[in-house]
Amino acid sequence: MSLSVSLQHQFAGLTLDVAFDAPPGVTVLFGKSGTGKTTIINAVAGLLKPQGGRISLDDRVLVDTAQGIWQPPHKRRIGYIFQEDRLFPHLTVQQNLTYGQRFAPKGAPRDALDQVVDLLGIAPLLSRRPNLLSGGEKSRVAIGRAVLSAPDLILADEPLAALDAARKAEIMTYFERLRDEMSTPILYVSHSVAEVARLATTVVAIENGSVARCGPAADTFADPAFLPLGAREAGALLEARVITHHDDGLSELEAGGVPLFLPHVPQAPGRSLRVRIAAQDVTLALDAPTRISALNVLSGRIDTIHAGAGPGAIVSVLTPAGPVLARVTARSVKALDLRPGLPVHAIVKTVSIAPEDVGG
Amino acid sequence: MSDWLGPQEWMAVQLSLRVAFWATLVTLPPGLFIAHVLARHDFPGKQILNGIVHLPLILPPVVTGYVLLLTFGTRGPVGGFLQEFGIVFAFRWTGAVLAAGIMAFPLMVRAIRLSIEAVDPRLEQAASTLGASRLWVFLTVTLPLILPGVIAGAILAFAKAMGEFGATITFVSNIPGQTQTLPSAIYAFLQVPGGEDAALRLVAVSVVVAMGALILSEVLARRVQKRVGGA
Repeated sequence: MSLSVSLQHQFAGLTLDVAFDAPPGVTVLFGKSGTGKTTIINAVAGLLKPQGGRISLDDRVLVDTAQGIWQPPHKRRIGYIFQEDRLFPHLTVQQNLTYGQRFAPKGAPRDALDQVVDLLGIAPLLSRRPNLLSGGEKSRVAIGRAVLSAPDLILADEPLAALDAARKAEIMTYFERLRDEMSTPILYVSHSVAEVARLATTVVAIENGSVARCGPAADTFADPAFLPLGAREAGALLEARVITHHDDGLSELEAGGVPLFLPHVPQAPGRSLRVRIAAQDVTLALDAPTRISALNVLSGRIDTIHAGAGPGAIVSVLTPAGPVLARVTARSVKALDLRPGLPVHAIVKTVSIAPEDVGG
Repeated sequence: MSDWLGPQEWMAVQLSLRVAFWATLVTLPPGLFIAHVLARHDFPGKQILNGIVHLPLILPPVVTGYVLLLTFGTRGPVGGFLQEFGIVFAFRWTGAVLAAGIMAFPLMVRAIRLSIEAVDPRLEQAASTLGASRLWVFLTVTLPLILPGVIAGAILAFAKAMGEFGATITFVSNIPGQTQTLPSAIYAFLQVPGGEDAALRLVAVSVVVAMGALILSEVLARRVQKRVGGA
């Protein structure tokens, strides 16, 4: 199942004109607040009639303004996880979860209630009412309710925005599980780099109502020119595998044959992880460093250098572990005579990698 | 109670209860519909519809009764048409139901409309994305959430219908045993010498019924609110 979107919509202060495809997996609509991301997914869900455009799910046309086609939301079979939980206060958790099932077509492949309840860890809550749940519990029930309506597509509009950091980490884990264990494609709206880095299969970056960039997540983040939220938020993604956990609180991972030391991660040895290395946490050295405290040294060659508007530059380094971005000053670029093709060592402090930068 | 009340008084009480019951029951579905339309939809002429619904509240009841007589009387355009099918309102207890229902309608619509407006439309949107058509959204989300308001509106309408006087007496007159409701009976008793005792007994009944309805609505609304989860 794959979603294809092309939209034109004009409203106060913003002209939206976007076109993108969302293949299976998690497609993250990424960009600052107020760039029209929510408008896009509301149009996909049918909660907003676009002035122009075409939206289709495989062969099923949801909207085609040229042909006058517009399917009402209840016929679209799209599960929507809203920014707020929007649980029905008069129904129990179980009744909320099964609400969409009665409207799903008879032959629709449906995930068993038990399976979803287990996945989300909400079995003890089934007989409760939403007003007795915590924020994180409500979010999980809202996710389950959307998943159990047997949708062809799941939409999520910043589902973590209202949660505190601990809850965020918890719910993000559930989204990772959904991505890995369910076949339904997910269109996920976010303005958080950490969320995108951990969840996205495909990134669609939205800027001022149009698509600035669209492509596989790792490629997109490895591009030093891709700075949707400014250079401070730049960073590449490494695919790594957990090797072992050490007694001193460090976890040893491996990416492309290179060892990576991280603060303890909860995943078991053998699991694959995605690690986001923030560009400003990377130091570049021309000689192999000795006697330094940083534990991770990734050797490679400079691919490109992207000079910014300010005093900084983003250098992309190809290493056996994958491409890494380093944010350095233009002065250092000049002093070290950094240029494409030059061998360098990218130094990453273990403690600079935060838990939210690491995910399954 | 029939020993304590004279036969004419007893008939008036029974008739009023029956009229109020049917007036409430019959106005409830259109009341829900109009309240929903006014609360959730925008369309040209909305203010006109709103005005028409509220007209009986503002007009002198006698005027409403007279308009009903002109329209639904046996020689009126609607009344004459319905008579062909054996349906007669004028000077029948069914006419009292019609008059009471129309007078109670704006009160019911107001109460229900306010409760619909208090329901978060985002919940209704969520239900529609889960596959519920408009009707299902109303039946499974909106209606349960507004039930306290619907009960309040129904009780208000019932009380109004019990007390309706002006439109009723103009439209269906004041025939003992047929169209003499409780307020009409009190009025009639007060017109004859020595009728004060009977009038006073009916006043007592009115107070008891009104208080009973009020307490019932409180209890029901509280019970429903609890079931709805105090949202």
